[in-house]
Amino acid sequence: MPAGILLDYPFRPSRYDEMFVARGEARAHWLAFAERLESISAESLLQREKLVRDAIEADGVSYNIYSDPQGSRRLWELDMLPLIIDDSEWRRLSAAVAQRARLLNAILADLYGPQHLLAEGLLPPALVFGQPGFRWPARGLHPPGNIWLFSYAVDLARAPNGHWWVIADRTQGPSGAGYALQNRIIVSNAFPVAFRELHVNRLANYFRSMQESLARCAPTSGDETPLTVLLTPGPYNETYFEHAFLARYLGFPLVEGQDLTVRDNTVFLKTLRGLRRVHAILRRLDDDYCDPLELRADSALGIPGLLGAVRAGRVLMANAIGSGVLESGAFFGFLPAICQRLLGEPLAMPSVASWWCGEKPALEYVLAHLDELVIKPAFPGMRMNAVFGHLLHGESRAKMIERILAQPHAYVAQEWVRLAQAPVWRHRRLLPRSVGIRVFSCVGGDGDYTVMPGALGRVAPRTGMEVISMQRGGLSKDTWIRAPNPVRASLLKRRLGVDDLVNNGADIPSRVGENLFWLGRYTERVELGARLLRAAISRIASSEDDAEQGLAGLLTALRRQGVLDDRPDARRERDEDDPARAGTDDDAAEETRLERQLAAALADATQPGSVAFNLRALALAAGQVRERLSTDNWHALHALEQLLTAPITGIDQALSTIDHIMQACITFAGFALDDMTRDAGWRFLILGRLIERMEGLAGLISVPAHAGAGEREQMLEWLLEAADAIVTYRARYRRMPELLPALHLVVFDPTNPHAIRFQVDMLYEYIGHAAHELGHPFPSQTIDLLARRLGDFDLGRFEEDDPGQALAALRALLADTAAAAQTLSDEVHRRYFIHTANPTLLQKVA
Amino acid sequence: MTPSLLRYLIRHDTRYRYSQPVGESRQLVRLRPRELARQHCLAHNLETDPAPRRNEQYTDSFGNPVCSLHFEREHDMLFVRAESLVEITPPTPCALDASPSWEAVRDGLVYRAGHVLDAAGLEATGCLFESRHVRVKHDFAEYAHADFPAAMPLLVGVERLMQRIHREFIYAPEATDISTPVTEVLASRRGVCQDFAHLMLSCLRSLGLAARYVSGYILTHPPAGKERLIGADATHAWVSVFCPGQGWVDFDPTNAKMPATEHVTLGWGRDFADVSPLRGVILGSGKHEMEIAVTMAPETDSHIFLQKPL
Repeated sequence: MPAGILLDYPFRPSRYDEMFVARGEARAHWLAFAERLESISAESLLQREKLVRDAIEADGVSYNIYSDPQGSRRLWELDMLPLIIDDSEWRRLSAAVAQRARLLNAILADLYGPQHLLAEGLLPPALVFGQPGFRWPARGLHPPGNIWLFSYAVDLARAPNGHWWVIADRTQGPSGAGYALQNRIIVSNAFPVAFRELHVNRLANYFRSMQESLARCAPTSGDETPLTVLLTPGPYNETYFEHAFLARYLGFPLVEGQDLTVRDNTVFLKTLRGLRRVHAILRRLDDDYCDPLELRADSALGIPGLLGAVRAGRVLMANAIGSGVLESGAFFGFLPAICQRLLGEPLAMPSVASWWCGEKPALEYVLAHLDELVIKPAFPGMRMNAVFGHLLHGESRAKMIERILAQPHAYVAQEWVRLAQAPVWRHRRLLPRSVGIRVFSCVGGDGDYTVMPGALGRVAPRTGMEVISMQRGGLSKDTWIRAPNPVRASLLKRRLGVDDLVNNGADIPSRVGENLFWLGRYTERVELGARLLRAAISRIASSEDDAEQGLAGLLTALRRQGVLDDRPDARRERDEDDPARAGTDDDAAEETRLERQLAAALADATQPGSVAFNLRALALAAGQVRERLSTDNWHALHALEQLLTAPITGIDQALSTIDHIMQACITFAGFALDDMTRDAGWRFLILGRLIERMEGLAGLISVPAHAGAGEREQMLEWLLEAADAIVTYRARYRRMPELLPALHLVVFDPTNPHAIRFQVDMLYEYIGHAAHELGHPFPSQTIDLLARRLGDFDLGRFEEDDPGQALAALRALLADTAAAAQTLSDEVHRRYFIHTANPTLLQKVA
Repeated sequence: MTPSLLRYLIRHDTRYRYSQPVGESRQLVRLRPRELARQHCLAHNLETDPAPRRNEQYTDSFGNPVCSLHFEREHDMLFVRAESLVEITPPTPCALDASPSWEAVRDGLVYRAGHVLDAAGLEATGCLFESRHVRVKHDFAEYAHADFPAAMPLLVGVERLMQRIHREFIYAPEATDISTPVTEVLASRRGVCQDFAHLMLSCLRSLGLAARYVSGYILTHPPAGKERLIGADATHAWVSVFCPGQGWVDFDPTNAKMPATEHVTLGWGRDFADVSPLRGVILGSGKHEMEIAVTMAPETDSHIFLQKPL
């Protein structure tokens, strides 16, 4: 087969093909890759395909589809074959892209400044004032260095004659560069030899240049080291994966609006150490949402007062507020003249031929040539997909014409470009798909634009389909630009300076600390709930006579932890769902009812306190700090989340699900200990775990501490199980559990990681560390006091015939432990996370 | 001071009460009457309780004076008082029927290659399209059409439209709030000054004419024999239409009047969202209540400001 792989490709002579000039015949700059492809065995190709798929899954590379009812995360789709572009062609392309970036920056400066283009009739007012994307409050602003467009991306398509055309400008917060980088990492691993031998240009320099330019262009006072943050709308955004990935790669804190605050016209990041000035904002939040005070008032994502800081020239917005106005395809026809006017040179790369319907002659042309055109909204943000004129018939055609005539300035028609084809690897062969590329540029070292020597290859989802859209299920390709000479072989180079070394943890947003804290608490809560449920369900399932001993106490503990909900009203509700069971009251019915309640305690995510509910909360907290978790770590959490998606059908399945949950929790805990950087953020994760475990243990132990003597003895077995101490107990005492040694093990033993004493000691240490690291005085009287009481407790009292007094003292100690856990949790919140309140918009004055 | 000049004292009080203390608050205040050819703000004072940590003045992109306030200390109440002394010159009478036909005005604002707009026309195009509260739709054009037959002089048509809105719409303070879409106002035939302004703007822009929203005050007249009451007035809104040669001409659809000497202009924009007198964001999660008291009185009645304030 390998020898036939190229011949087998259904080459279409009517289209430009990126790889082939004729059937089985590769273009010159593809020859080396084609030969290599042919030399690889079929089996090896399949292995590589799997490698690509596995890498995407393991890294959790995803793209969110808004309309997808299956939920937000969808795996990124990457074809393993790269798209290769010839070096000399690329040089022309990238020069044209840089020119276009310069041009668009100059247009923004004019539109938000003197508006010569409007006054001279080079641009219709409708495309500016008629556009929702024109931000009036940005008029008259002077961004640092006159940089309106810090980064820019452009979608290019190749016409049948081989020439590239611009089909869309991305000026708001261009996405895709991170995906391109991720694609590169994966594909260069799938074809390591070809990658090296073809002298493929590396991407790392581009990103370094981006870091340096942001630092250079950001306004600073004195010798401040500029701080850049990446502003994201949050985990529900379609490209959140990329935000997190880029933030980590570039070393910028990933922040949401609520992480920033403006004081004295200066932007600050709320960190665990207090406020830190922000000098540049790499913006992925649409400008309208950026400042509820001056822009969209109902935005909860923005930073009140941000525009004031911009007005005062105290922060670099990359890109500027208002830059989205240029994403309109209706500008295309006006660009050649504007380029002459503003840059004094001809436009180097044409846009796809387009007709803005707001001009009468253009409108007439469009109506007369509908079949050859694609109708698009003139303004980004209009909810309308591109429509192919030749697909419109009868009523839909009449309707479209009516819509255009009603508001002609809101529509633009573009020539229907027959997109170039490129092979993708599908079903063990090469198949043609329509392709285009997105090319990225940003302000570079010399102040001019630099272009990333690579691109995001964008591929239509099916053969014969003409629309390329990630929102509509497209896939992607790595794009290789071949350099004439060998390229230095370090993919992810970034030279670290001394600042990097000492900065460790200083910029951790409070919100991240808070989410890590809750991630710790929820992991522990899930684990304890699961362990208690396992003890209960296995007792019910067991056929041994004494198996149900202590079950009542166990249910009390489950109730106390909030896992089990068997209040009479809850019970009635569930019974009413199932009329066959309502009213019967014999033992069998009681047992079934209990089983159902336990199943709900495990798997009903709508029941507060259930394991499933806590898992969801855990996933939510984890999603908020995704960029802080390593890939493996993230993978473990992702697996955990998947566990309770299937319904619980029986006891065996419930037990095996619980086992999986426990395993996943342990894996996650292992990663947390072995794998995570022990910075201030990590400490909050551990603090959360310790506080939660301390509170959980206190609650658990108080059940036997409150029970009568007979019952109590039967509870010790599950107490040790639930506290994860049964193995230690058996190894130590080799006999049935007894009160004194059991209590010693789970309350007072400083060497048992599941003893209260252990949590107290660790809390003492970590709170001290956190306070020291973050420069806060932390009065830990709460924990001091508890440590002393544990140390002073006289266990000898349990040797007396009547342990009543000893138990009373223990009960008091347990109650105080639980209270101390809550106090500590509150203290941590107040001291480190207190800034996290959401802004409220005042009702406007009428 | 010549006898034809009119002077007004305006006091505009706003009080927010918060159910929970607010740690931080920002306010954009547009309460300073704008300088115009026949309107001068002779004195203006803005005071707040608590005092802001930061207080900045700037001019927004429509040319309106804005005061930006930032409060950082915890507070559970915010009081804002703006006081202005304004002098108005009566307008020279305007011959409505001397204005160009509405179609000529409309066509003059349409972009075509080689046709260059003058500065005034260019400025007008800023108020030619949809904005947050103003829609450009067939329904509005259709409603307005009766007043704009072929070749109707622009200002005569606008005056007729104003009269008709005043006739056909009911002033109903409870019927709408700021979130009521203008399409609903058209359907229900009810609203307040703000709604009528947005409605009239929608009609004019749907015809292809440039029109803007004006925020300000209007003098009210106490019943005969009664003393003017402090705090009994309100903010007001009307529209201004662009007429080549004459500039912007004001029309008040709520009162079916062309503002002359009893309207004071604060500022203008495409709609209310561009010129709300106070716009604020607080950090905090509690509820809030707001009270407003506006008084506009001829300078000769200044003694009434000695009455017990809000």
